[in-house]
Amino acid sequence: MNPLERRRRRSAIGAAMAFVIVLLIVQMWLLTATLESYLAGHHSVAGIAFAVSLSLTLICGALYVMVMRLDRRGGTDSPRSSGGPWQIE
Amino acid sequence: MSDDVKNQRPVWREEFSVDAPEDAYVLRRQFTKFLVLTSAGMACGNGWIWLRSLTADARPAYPEVAIARASEIAAGAVRTFSYPRAQDPCILFRRSTGVLAAFSQKCTHLSCAVYYSAERDRLECPCHDGFFAPDSGRVLQGPPPRPLPRIRIEQRGDDIFAVGVEEGAEP
Repeated sequence: MNPLERRRRRSAIGAAMAFVIVLLIVQMWLLTATLESYLAGHHSVAGIAFAVSLSLTLICGALYVMVMRLDRRGGTDSPRSSGGPWQIE
Repeated sequence: MSDDVKNQRPVWREEFSVDAPEDAYVLRRQFTKFLVLTSAGMACGNGWIWLRSLTADARPAYPEVAIARASEIAAGAVRTFSYPRAQDPCILFRRSTGVLAAFSQKCTHLSCAVYYSAERDRLECPCHDGFFAPDSGRVLQGPPPRPLPRIRIEQRGDDIFAVGVEEGAEP
């Protein structure tokens, strides 16, 4: 794989992981807000919040599949281990 | 010692060929998988709240329980009781205007017991100075995030009955 292709792949993986983290933060907020709302006696929002949270999980799952494919297609960028006086064969 | 002997790997290394740094290495896809599993866990949490809200909406009516006699509660006086379960402490009080009111006694912040201050005409939580309005239970000051649940009461003759709970009463 040429360096440009490798750099693009790495950027795509980094962007996907950053997006997953952003979605996770949104989900954390959603969960706490829903719990707060539920405890305050407003039960109607729980269903919508669950649907949104499930959608975010599905998006995260899709991004994970993307990361997995990109990561596998390109192989590892660096040797997995440089420690130790021996080489695993 | 010759170089050949120095470079020779120990015999046990052949038998146990696990590299500790390699074992601790986390791949990008492993890390992403962890994030996705966390996301799924949070979706499950939201699902649990949704299921709870479904069952809460289908909850049977609250029982009617006689909690006090109206003639025994003077202005500023307080009576505690449990409603709807024995482990749900509540507070009944008469304001200076003569109106009776009842609320859950557990502060919505950290569940400390609130008390009625007749001189300031408000419900007060001594733990973190959370104050609640005596008419609606709404938060007047402090860290409580929600109003106090209001206990619906009815007076029949001299008897006062608790007949329901209003979560998050609006002002």
